[in-house]
Amino acid sequence: MPTINEQLTEEIRVQARKLLADKTVAAVIGYTAGSLPMTVKPAVIRAADDCGRLVWNSFCVLNLANYLPEVLKSVEPPRGPRDPKPTGPLPKVAVMATGCWSRNIVVQIQEHQVERERVVVMAIGSRGMVSRRKVEAHFSGREILAVTELDHELVVKGADFTETVNRWSMVRDNCQTCTHPDPVLVDVRIGAPAADRKNPNPFKQVEMIEARSTDERWAWFSAEFSSCIRCYACRNACPLCYCPTCFVDDARPQWVGKSLDATDTGLFHVLRAYHCAGRCTDCGACESVCPMGINMRMLTKKLNKDVLNLYGIEAGMQPDTPLPLTTYKPDDPQQFIVNEPGSAKEGA
Amino acid sequence: MTNQTSETSKTSQTNWEPKIIAFLCNWCSYAGADLAGVSRFQYPPNIRIVRVPCSGRVSANILLSALKSGADGVLVSGCHPGDCHYISGNYFARRRFALLNNLLDFVGIEPGRVHFSWVSASEGEQFAEVVKKVTDKVKTLGPATRLVKSIDTVQAA
Repeated sequence: MPTINEQLTEEIRVQARKLLADKTVAAVIGYTAGSLPMTVKPAVIRAADDCGRLVWNSFCVLNLANYLPEVLKSVEPPRGPRDPKPTGPLPKVAVMATGCWSRNIVVQIQEHQVERERVVVMAIGSRGMVSRRKVEAHFSGREILAVTELDHELVVKGADFTETVNRWSMVRDNCQTCTHPDPVLVDVRIGAPAADRKNPNPFKQVEMIEARSTDERWAWFSAEFSSCIRCYACRNACPLCYCPTCFVDDARPQWVGKSLDATDTGLFHVLRAYHCAGRCTDCGACESVCPMGINMRMLTKKLNKDVLNLYGIEAGMQPDTPLPLTTYKPDDPQQFIVNEPGSAKEGA
Repeated sequence: MTNQTSETSKTSQTNWEPKIIAFLCNWCSYAGADLAGVSRFQYPPNIRIVRVPCSGRVSANILLSALKSGADGVLVSGCHPGDCHYISGNYFARRRFALLNNLLDFVGIEPGRVHFSWVSASEGEQFAEVVKKVTDKVKTLGPATRLVKSIDTVQAA
């Protein structure tokens, strides 16, 4: 009896082969096996014969939407920077997408980075991705040589041990609090659709920080981000960060210094998160790729919470409504305005 | 070097006065500030005004740059909602400021460092009121230390 992931892998290969063979798409963005335990490699498959390399498992933590704009450009016929856009339909690209990734594709469409008609979404209901860091912490001090996945357990093998751990206990925090595991865009359905999960409070971790005093929050922020080495992996893994020149790379004006100074690092993380306001789908790629294990997702999650509470919008859920920061309502909340009647700061 | 000397004088002197950067929109709040001056309303001399075309021009980058460069407080002021010279600039700004305000609070920036207000061109007296309120608040908080890049911390790093 093949496991759920083996079935999904097989289905992905069949569908990808079909899409490439009948020339519906020019490329498929998916995952191939990684060289280390609990890793997979994102890959762009361009030939039907290569589809056998595609895999699907619980370690697909990177967000494939991140590669979509670039791959779409790469399949267009070559042209100079001033040449007009070719008329007629351009080649399409297929991409695997779980709930959060598909929402990122929606945001990319809303922001005109991706054309809907050029994308074939291979929709996979997510069962939650496993955090490599959690597994490694569970087996701290022991080297993990191989991990095999069953439906609900992970079998972890080392040089002198074989242990079975519950899969869900190792699933990433953002996946555990996820309420929309099923893609919002579906062109090719892989496996069974995942039902929306009931989560009484997806923002529990954020509220635990909010409950602290200002000084305690500053202490948390300073400590959490003190280990940052400014490698920008979080930025590079993010499907929202497609600016040709990022604000951290600007030299005139230099918004943020390039040093490891605590202020520069803090400003980088505050602004990076802020630029994702109303666009972040909490896919957790930033946190998963951080070599230092920083929980920078707390900042974007806080923004997601405010956007939902203040403006009632969840990024990528409504393809037809504009992004929260590109629109407004005349009666948006404004208690924070210092001279408004009933403002929070009034008389403070 | 000048930054360092002002840093030491900031903490050593008991009669410390805050430096507050005020981003005022050209069409309403800047004119409101002008009216306050012409009408000779008294307000604390702690603000340094930066004139911007619209409150919608003030991005998080700009605002945090002011804090980074050592401002003890920041005030952003624009036209009242509905009165924007560019029709809707302040509406967009309001959404961005609401989120930024909450995020700064979340990471532990003291509430009261960063202020937002609406002041029209005819509200000279109200402008003086806002500046008084903001200056008082920043004075009680004392010199800014969070997200401030001082030469001391750079040398130590």
